Amino acid sequence: MKSLSELKELRNKVQKEMKKRDQGTRAEIIVGMGTCGIAAGARDILKAVLAEVEKRDLDVRVTQTGCIGMCEKEPLIDVKLPGKEKITYGNLSKADVQKIISEHVVNGNVVKDLVIARH
Amino acid sequence: MRELSLHILDIIENSRRANSDLIKIEILEKPDSDLLKIIIEDNGSGISEEKLEQIDDPFITSRTTRDVGLGISLFKSAAESCGGGLDIKSKISEGTKVEVDFEYNHIDRAPLGDITTTLSNFIAANGEEVDIVYQHQYKDKTFSFDSREIKTELDDVSIQSRQVTAWIREYIGENLEEIRGGEAF
Repeated sequence: MKSLSELKELRNKVQKEMKKRDQGTRAEIIVGMGTCGIAAGARDILKAVLAEVEKRDLDVRVTQTGCIGMCEKEPLIDVKLPGKEKITYGNLSKADVQKIISEHVVNGNVVKDLVIARH
Repeated sequence: MRELSLHILDIIENSRRANSDLIKIEILEKPDSDLLKIIIEDNGSGISEEKLEQIDDPFITSRTTRDVGLGISLFKSAAESCGGGLDIKSKISEGTKVEVDFEYNHIDRAPLGDITTTLSNFIAANGEEVDIVYQHQYKDKTFSFDSREIKTELDDVSIQSRQVTAWIREYIGENLEEIRGGEAF
């Protein structure tokens, strides 16, 4: 059973890793989490994003937003790479999330067939 | 919504948008007295009396004034169809409290669902700005979680760093399983 006392050890580990990383150039993934998004499965999409980020050990900022007015295209996510335009992907499945992260976030190639908006 | 934990996620999303920095969630499961109670309290911007009166009407809440949406009316109708109800109290610039109860054994009651993911996702995406205090009672056993305590232990490490959120997910999951004696949600 986990206890809070383990956190100190975890903290030291994370601190060491943090020093190795280049700050201020992080990619950002934003998950739509309004009522429409949640009803369409956004919680599992966010879970898939976090799992993929963890698995690949990526330095990505994952946040959420409310309804952005494209309810019929939920669940959706935005991907913003440093210095690049923000891309909105919609009608997503968990498999799409893996594809977006490997192709766009890691390799920098927009997954064109899933894009619903560019900003 | 297929799970009550999705309704909870929806309500705390409202809290987040209302600029809360502390959200308290309490779940009380008393199968023997046929009661399931969910209380969510935040310290956000609050809702005016005028809006509070219209809050259960999904067609009155307009998009432009959307600090509350369809979510409350969905949660309310879920509770009312299970012999319970939803009560909401709010004060401008003090916060909002939502109290919902269900007949625990009502045939139409949705399962509580994956509360662990609801909480750990929320912390992973908002933990730096918003603190979560969570208390879950099942019969006579209780699990309490306070993200502020986690932050004290973490020092300058972010609660949103992925190693920490992974730990939190396991921590909540294990403890919930423990108090519920391995019973499914």
